[in-house]
Amino acid sequence: MPAFLDISRLTIAFPRSPVPVLSDVELAIEKGEFVAVIGHSGCGKSTMLNVVAGLLEPTLGGVVLDGREISGPGPDRAVVFQNHSLLPWLTCYENIKLAVDQTLRGSMSRKERHEWILHNLALVRMTHAKDKRPHEISGGMKQRIGIGRALAMKPKVLLMDEPFGALDALTRAHLQDQVMQIHAELGMTTMMITHDVDEAVLLSDRIVMLTNGPNAHVGEILHVDLPRPRDRLALANDPRFINARAAVLEFLHARHANPALEAA
Amino acid sequence: MNVQAKPVAAPAAVSTPGQGAKRPVPVIPQDSRLRKIAAEVLPPLLILAVLLAVWEFAGRQPGATLPAPSQVWTQSYDLIVNPFYDNGGLDKGLFWHLSASLTRVFMGFSIAAVVGIATGLLIGTSTFAMRGLDPIFQVLRTIPPLAWLPLSLAAFREAQPSAIFVIFITSVWPIIINTSVGVRNVPQDYRNVAAVIRLRGPAYFLKVVLPAAAPYIFTGLRIGIGLSWLAIIAAEMLIGGVGIGFFVWDAWNSSNLTDIIVALVYVGLVGFALDRLVALVGRLVTRGTMAN
Repeated sequence: MPAFLDISRLTIAFPRSPVPVLSDVELAIEKGEFVAVIGHSGCGKSTMLNVVAGLLEPTLGGVVLDGREISGPGPDRAVVFQNHSLLPWLTCYENIKLAVDQTLRGSMSRKERHEWILHNLALVRMTHAKDKRPHEISGGMKQRIGIGRALAMKPKVLLMDEPFGALDALTRAHLQDQVMQIHAELGMTTMMITHDVDEAVLLSDRIVMLTNGPNAHVGEILHVDLPRPRDRLALANDPRFINARAAVLEFLHARHANPALEAA
Repeated sequence: MNVQAKPVAAPAAVSTPGQGAKRPVPVIPQDSRLRKIAAEVLPPLLILAVLLAVWEFAGRQPGATLPAPSQVWTQSYDLIVNPFYDNGGLDKGLFWHLSASLTRVFMGFSIAAVVGIATGLLIGTSTFAMRGLDPIFQVLRTIPPLAWLPLSLAAFREAQPSAIFVIFITSVWPIIINTSVGVRNVPQDYRNVAAVIRLRGPAYFLKVVLPAAAPYIFTGLRIGIGLSWLAIIAAEMLIGGVGIGFFVWDAWNSSNLTDIIVALVYVGLVGFALDRLVALVGRLVTRGTMAN
C-alpha cells in the first residue's frame, strides 16, 4: 500500500545542465500529515514543489497522489504561492470565487458555492475585506486570501511555497498560528517549502532536509513529536523544541553548509 | 486582529497609554482647498500670460509676418465667439468642422481598435502568427499616414472612406503592438494560478489574459488616438469637404492667418481632450490592474 502522497525516484534536470537539480528524491507523506521541506536556497525545494503541483515535468521518477500518478496541474494539489499571486483586478471574494467556480462547479450549486466562499473567507479571517482589491490590503492579508483560495478548492494536498517568506516577523508568526489552527480544524495534508527553521519545527510533523544542490536529495528526515496544539510561547523553552531546532540547524550549517557562503 | 496568545504572566509595570482617559487628538492644521487649487492653476496661467505678452510684442514689430494675439481677437472675433453658425456649404462655425473631423476619427479609430486588439491578441497568443506578421507590420507601421492617402483614394474613389482608412491605418499599429506585448507579458504567477484551477481556452483568455493585458491595450489606444488626430488634419487638407483640416487650408488660401491660429488652438484643445478621455476610460476599465 503506497503512501497518500508518494514521491519516488524523482529526478529533475533542466536542459543545458549536465547535473540534475534534484536526484532520486524519495518522500512518502501520509494523509493529514504536515511536512516541511527545508534546505539552502538553490537546493531545488521549490522545484520539487512545482513538480508535485504539476507545473513542472519530472525528468525521471514520479509522484503518486491517492493512488493516481499526477500529470499536469490540478485543483487536487492547491498551491499557496510565495508572492500570493492574487489577480489584482478581482476583489478578495472574486479571487476565491474564480477558483471555486472553476473547480467545484460540478458538485455545488451557485448558492452553495457562495456560502463556501464566505466560509473560507471566515476561515482565514478575511470576511471584513471581501470586497477589497489586493492592492488595498497588507501583504499578510493577501497571503491569507491566497491560503483561503487554496483551501476553498478542497485539495487533497495543500502545497505551500515559502508562504510567509515575504512577510515581516510579527505577521509571519501570526499567520503561522492561523495555519496551525486551520490544520487542527481541517487536518489537510500539507507540504510546505520553507527556509525558516523555527517555522518548520513549529508547524510540521516531519521536517525533510535537502542536501545542497545541484544533485540534491533527501539528506535526513526529522520527526517532530511535539504535542498539538502547539503554542510558540510555551515551546520556546521546551527541550524537545530546542533539540529539534538544534538538529535542523546542525544539518543545515554544520554538515551541509551553504556552499555559496563557504566560498565567500 | 486575532492574536491567539495565551495569557502569560504580564511584566509588572507596563503602562498602557490610551486605555484609560481618552488622549486628545491633536488638531493638524489643513491648507484650505482654495490654496491648493490656486497652486495648481496659477503657474500655467502665469506662463500663458507671459507667452502671450511676448507674442504680442513680437507681432507688433514692424515687418512682422504673423498677427499678434490682439489682432487675432479683433479679426476673428466672430469665429471665436460663435462656433455654431452655419451659413450653408463650407461656411460653418468651428464646432461643425471639428465635429466632422471627430466623426471621421471616431469611425477610423473604432475600426482600428477592434481590428488592432483582435490582431494583437492573435499575435500575442500564436507564435506562428507573430513570426509571420510581425516583420510585415514592422515595415508597414513606418509608412507615414499621408503616404496611404493616394492609394486609398484610388481604392475607395471617395473622400470620406479614404480619410477614415488613413485614420485606421495610422492608429492600428500601436494598438496591435501594445496588445500583443500585453498578452505575452501575462505574469507567470497568473498563468500558474490558471493552470492549478485548470482554467483554459476562452475562459482563461477572458478572465486572465484580457484583464492582465488591459493596461497595455489602453496604452496602445492612447497612442493610437493621438496619431489619428495628427493624421486627420493633414488628410483633410488634401481631401477637402467639411473638417478642421480643410478649414485651416481654406483659411490659408484666403490669407486669414488669424482664423488659422484660432483653429490651431481648437485642434490642440481637442487633441488634449481626446488623449485624456482615452486615459480616463482606461483607468476606469483597468481599475486595480495597474496598482499592484
